[in-house]
Amino acid sequence: MLTTLLIFFPLAAALLIFALRSKQSHALAFGAACIELLISAVVVYQFKTGDAENLRANFQWIERIGLSYYVDIDGISLLLVLLTTVLVPFIILSSFGKSFSKPSTFYGLILVMQMALIGVFVAQDGLLFYLFWEIALIPIYFICLIWGGENRGKITFKFFMYTLAGSLLMLIALIYLYLHTPGVHSFDVEALYAAGQGLSGGEQGFIFWFLFAAFAVKMPVFPFHTWQPDTYTVAPTQGTMLLSGIMLKMGIYGVIRWLVPVVPFGVITWGYTAILISVIGIIYASCIAIVQKDFKRLIAYSSIAHVGLIAAGLFTLTATGIQGAMIQMISHGIVVVGMFFIIDIVFDRTKTTALADLGGIRNVAPKLATVFVITLLGSVALPLTSGFIGEFLLISSIFQYRAWLGALAGLTIILGAVYMLRTFQKSMSGDTNTLTASVTDLTWNEKAVLYPIVVLIILIGIYPAPILSISEPAVAKLLELYSPLTAIR
Amino acid sequence: MVSIKFLALIIPVLPLVGFLLVALNVKRLSHSAASFIACGSVFLAFIAAVTLFIRLLNQPEDARTFYVHAFNWIIAGDFHSTMGFLIDPLSSIFLLIITGVGFLIHVYSIGYMHDDAGFNRFFSYLNLFVFFMLLLVMGTNYLVMFIGWEGVGLCSYLLIGFWFKNQAYNDAANKAFIMNRIGDLGLLLGIFLVFINFGSVNYADMIIQAPQASPETITWITILLFIGAMGKSAQIPLYTWLPDAMAGPTPVSALIHAATMVTAGIYMVARNNVLYTLSPIAMNLVMIVGLATALFAATIALKQNDIKKVLAYSTVSQLGLMFLALGLGAFTAGIFHMATHAFFKALLFLGAGSVIHALSGEQDMRSMGGLRKYLPITFATFLIGVLAISGIPPFAGFFSKDEILANAFAHNPIVWGIALLASLLTVFYMFRLLYLTFFGDVRASQHVMSHIHESPKSITVPLICLAVLSVVGGFMGVPEALGGSHWLSEYLSPVFAQSVEIVKQRGEEHAHLTHATEYMLMGIVIGLTVLVIIIVYLKYVRKKHVPVADAQLAGPAKILANKYYIDELYNAIIVKPLYWLSNVLDVFVERMGIDFIVNIFGSSVPEGGKITRLTQTGSIGYYIFLMVIGIVLIVTYTLIG
Repeated sequence: MLTTLLIFFPLAAALLIFALRSKQSHALAFGAACIELLISAVVVYQFKTGDAENLRANFQWIERIGLSYYVDIDGISLLLVLLTTVLVPFIILSSFGKSFSKPSTFYGLILVMQMALIGVFVAQDGLLFYLFWEIALIPIYFICLIWGGENRGKITFKFFMYTLAGSLLMLIALIYLYLHTPGVHSFDVEALYAAGQGLSGGEQGFIFWFLFAAFAVKMPVFPFHTWQPDTYTVAPTQGTMLLSGIMLKMGIYGVIRWLVPVVPFGVITWGYTAILISVIGIIYASCIAIVQKDFKRLIAYSSIAHVGLIAAGLFTLTATGIQGAMIQMISHGIVVVGMFFIIDIVFDRTKTTALADLGGIRNVAPKLATVFVITLLGSVALPLTSGFIGEFLLISSIFQYRAWLGALAGLTIILGAVYMLRTFQKSMSGDTNTLTASVTDLTWNEKAVLYPIVVLIILIGIYPAPILSISEPAVAKLLELYSPLTAIR
Repeated sequence: MVSIKFLALIIPVLPLVGFLLVALNVKRLSHSAASFIACGSVFLAFIAAVTLFIRLLNQPEDARTFYVHAFNWIIAGDFHSTMGFLIDPLSSIFLLIITGVGFLIHVYSIGYMHDDAGFNRFFSYLNLFVFFMLLLVMGTNYLVMFIGWEGVGLCSYLLIGFWFKNQAYNDAANKAFIMNRIGDLGLLLGIFLVFINFGSVNYADMIIQAPQASPETITWITILLFIGAMGKSAQIPLYTWLPDAMAGPTPVSALIHAATMVTAGIYMVARNNVLYTLSPIAMNLVMIVGLATALFAATIALKQNDIKKVLAYSTVSQLGLMFLALGLGAFTAGIFHMATHAFFKALLFLGAGSVIHALSGEQDMRSMGGLRKYLPITFATFLIGVLAISGIPPFAGFFSKDEILANAFAHNPIVWGIALLASLLTVFYMFRLLYLTFFGDVRASQHVMSHIHESPKSITVPLICLAVLSVVGGFMGVPEALGGSHWLSEYLSPVFAQSVEIVKQRGEEHAHLTHATEYMLMGIVIGLTVLVIIIVYLKYVRKKHVPVADAQLAGPAKILANKYYIDELYNAIIVKPLYWLSNVLDVFVERMGIDFIVNIFGSSVPEGGKITRLTQTGSIGYYIFLMVIGIVLIVTYTLIG
């Protein structure tokens, strides 16, 4: 029941906001997001006190096609739900003080998006998962299309078609699995697991690639990423935050829930290839980030590099790797939302994101610069920031898998420093110019977003145990499947 | 009586609290309040370190190791790392130096930075640095050390680029951070290997399990860890960031880039002495890199004219000597030289800072000269520093350097010869520096000389304290040959006992040098040192030689003045190719490759539609024609099929 409330409360709030068309839509949306945060806090309480049964709901929906409304929350789901419920209020708050045309639509769509994201993270039915997955695309498409920047029509269309194409591959894979479920066909997660695990090695390989392609497009992992830099750049900041902070985790979550346990032989056969592609992607995206001239585009590429590391760590199929992926998803979400907001603030004051035109902002906006430094440190994984925990565990797991791949993936700590320090130097250090001389420091709502973010970055870096312990049992359970198979590897 | 656990926890927490208090109130605090908090927190940490040290001394010799558990930090899968501290003779020595010398430099900074707008920010960074440095040497496992390791790198970055309006300084800061990160990756991979092979990242587990590990594994671990040391302690090939790091305010150069942070590599190798001793290959590598760096950097220092650059290359060279000692298995000698070097190099840097301060920011020695009359305290203390680094008895450097040279001789006279050459070069460039700065004619402009003044007390008192330490510091390790008992060696012996045992079992112990040999070596070294001093005196004082402008240099001198063009080399073989590759990937692979293909897929749909549209002509005759063809084809197919 609680889980259902968690999914549909944002939708109800969104419908209300659509209906009211109030000038105070932003405040309403923020209030709704805060209530949603409280609901998720209750969920955490239930989860911790062992009342996990209460979080499950399962009843038939459309019996003829084996679709049921089946939702549940385990540790892996819970972390992503929390990421969503924590970030959305900040994302809404970050838009305060800006005027949008049709504000009720804008904020309503953000809440619809939240509904779909949470649905994706809690669905235990393959088709239900697919439904939420596709629903999530619709609000973000309109957010980008209506409130985006220059050339948005073409770019958002490409984004929409690209991810839709990926999703269709997933749908095909899901239907194939459905047709192989034992007994009465169903999309129930256990049934799909049983179906996938019963497939021959070759079939599992096909399913692996169909699912992987869908998830890889969403994350995005090299070479399925070319929709991303343009979309991140053109989307309104809140859209970019939703895309990078939360939506890309759908792809990673998809791998953990809907790929790794479904086709174990496929994963063992092709995992090495997936890791290889991901590691190439890390270096590839980092190199491209080095020569980017636009602040926002640079962070977009850095995001591809970070996600590549997460994907590579995941496919090592070790507890360290998957736990690293979990905490890195949280960290990346927080860091990247902070980073895009900083870019937004800079753009708001100077009307540019071209690094060559910036500089010297530290002189006039020291608070902004300090917040940027801490966020940057989270991004380059300095110890005692959240980024370190994840990157350490991930690189460590890849290193254990193949030492040379770990060493290559580890280049991210050098290349990350190269492009992030360069960005800081170009934008914040040096002397002010005509554009930056009048930059004002953080306003109240900017502080209200960025201060908690930097506190979280440091807090998680110092004491990650609460987060790691939430997902630990679920990850261990996931890997049980592989313990008899490790001999084959 | 406070417990050791309490002391161990309070030592790093104090500067952290200092940092938070100052950093969160940068705008609100007055300069005096900020400096009081910053200096006070480090001073309290120093008191705690001294108390801890005394507590250790009161313990029996084999019971001076304490593990202090704070909390569980990272637990994921089978990986486990606590946040905890290791207190033993090795870390206690570092604690004393970090907090003691750190405190003096904090006090010095009050005077040196007094009219800087970023005064409070400066002190917050200094406190943060001390915190991370303490974590580095106190960590109970590799990961806590790594926190400190990267943390001091961050502070170094922040302080090198402290005057951030100057983009050249920011470049230097970036270079330092990135080059250190290259080393850090090596260190990180080494830590992974430690974990994979020993199932833990604790030093205690490593020490127990190391003898059972395969030699190849140990060699890999030690070499990877050493790559980290090369970065942090500025050894070939990762040393070029350190001279550039002189962009930071002078107290930073003294604290971070001479006395403490750059000795992190020394600490790390000493902490892992068991692993290194188990890998003769790694030991040889450490020795060769140390020796090569000692000589190489000393030659560069000969032709530098920026007073801080000379000292920077000198630091690189002295660190090389320390690594030489470690590579020879003379771990105590390495730590000993680290300690004395912390005293006299901090003194020299602070002295140079006092000169720079007096000359309104001038750093070029060609515009100095004759300053001993104007800056008597600075001169006297600086002279002590120069005598100490040159190894004149009984100053601190004599004993520590002598111990390294004696060990080198016992290992191989050629190694001794090269090390001796490096230390004679040190004598040369240090006296050159001394004479150019304090002797001869005054070459500063009238305008500068009209402002000249001896530095305030907050600057001269730390100088005097460090000068005293540079005089007496060597007595903690007076060798037997000179009637001493080498207290430091005794004190540190539990830390290195296992290594000594391993060497003994292998039967590779060096024969002890006879006292006669030791006297002879000392005699040769001192004799040559005096000779070099005389040569330098004749050249720079008698003949009043002043280095010519860089443009007029030719031949080897030009190569030295340009630091062997190593920066240019790295630029050509690493930086430029990286940018070239990145541009190629961006333009050709990303935009004209992958995205182009994606767009072809995209545009193939409307393009395909345009082609198929052509079949829809609207003419009925044409449709009937196609229909007939279709029917014929179907009939044919069914007949044949």
